[in-house]
Amino acid sequence: MTIDPVNFAAILAMGALTYFTRILGFLIADRLPKSGPVRVALDALPPAVLVAVIAPIVMSGPIEAAAGLVVLLLALRLPLIATVAVGVAVAALLRLAFL
Amino acid sequence: MTTPLADFRAGLVAVFPTVAAAVPFALILGQQATAKGLTPAEMLAMSSIVFAGSSQLIAVGLWSTPAPVAALALMAFLVNLRHTLMGASLSGKIAHFGRLRWVAAFLLTDEAWALSERRAIDQPISRTFYFTVALTMFFFWQTASVLGTVFGTYLEHPEAWGLDFAFPAIFIALALGFWKGARRTGPVLVASAVVAVIVHATVPGAWYVIAGAIAGIAAAVITAPREQPAEALAGETTR
Repeated sequence: MTIDPVNFAAILAMGALTYFTRILGFLIADRLPKSGPVRVALDALPPAVLVAVIAPIVMSGPIEAAAGLVVLLLALRLPLIATVAVGVAVAALLRLAFL
Repeated sequence: MTTPLADFRAGLVAVFPTVAAAVPFALILGQQATAKGLTPAEMLAMSSIVFAGSSQLIAVGLWSTPAPVAALALMAFLVNLRHTLMGASLSGKIAHFGRLRWVAAFLLTDEAWALSERRAIDQPISRTFYFTVALTMFFFWQTASVLGTVFGTYLEHPEAWGLDFAFPAIFIALALGFWKGARRTGPVLVASAVVAVIVHATVPGAWYVIAGAIAGIAAAVITAPREQPAEALAGETTR
């Protein structure tokens, strides 16, 4: 159980900058007005970030697109854990069949 | 009004799928770290101090001896810059945390953020709910990434099992909760998706999340109904 000092320095530097990205949003939000266009922007932020994260993954190939569509339809009916389990199974089966 | 016990249970139920999705990747992270010569103690230190999955996986890919400290730190900053957007959105919803907000920020992950934002649609985010979700993720991330340094070799091709699809599946399902009609949410989703896909295909690195999110926000502001000036004129406080 050893820790190399250079490796630890790298881990600390990564951690410090990562924590900075995490508090920066709080510091900015505290200084923003709570109404008008800024309010509209903050309200739109959650779906905008979620879609920006998933869109390139879903568009990376036909299997991902098909599995994504299945998940989208299932999520309207099923609880989250069931939706995720079926989505994972669909992705695995399609890859087994076509890759 | 919910009780702390109910919030604790709700947090556990909410976090369970994301834990199931994160554990295989923590195991692989540990295995990859071992292949790069990192020790279990260093893995534990990284998972505890950085605690940001995708940046850790990329870091291990970039790792060499001696560690390229500046390159690793800059990469972590760029990959995790999306947390700034998440924090800006979450900030007002957990303002009642007081000083615990700075601890909450340390534990902020894509998963804890998305689950909390989803929760905030229906009811306020309590400390119990947030920290149940965030600390459960933290505990399993540490444990699985360290276990991965020992057992990770048994899980080398997660994509064959579809496991890489668990994370997008969770986010797709959560994203549905933010739907407020085609008029309000449609432009946000389209702008964000189109810009994210284009930037992902053309610009290296993690800029696509920031670019897509900003495009989505811009679409919301541009297409928002212009009610505010009239209300301001009437001297009313809207919220």
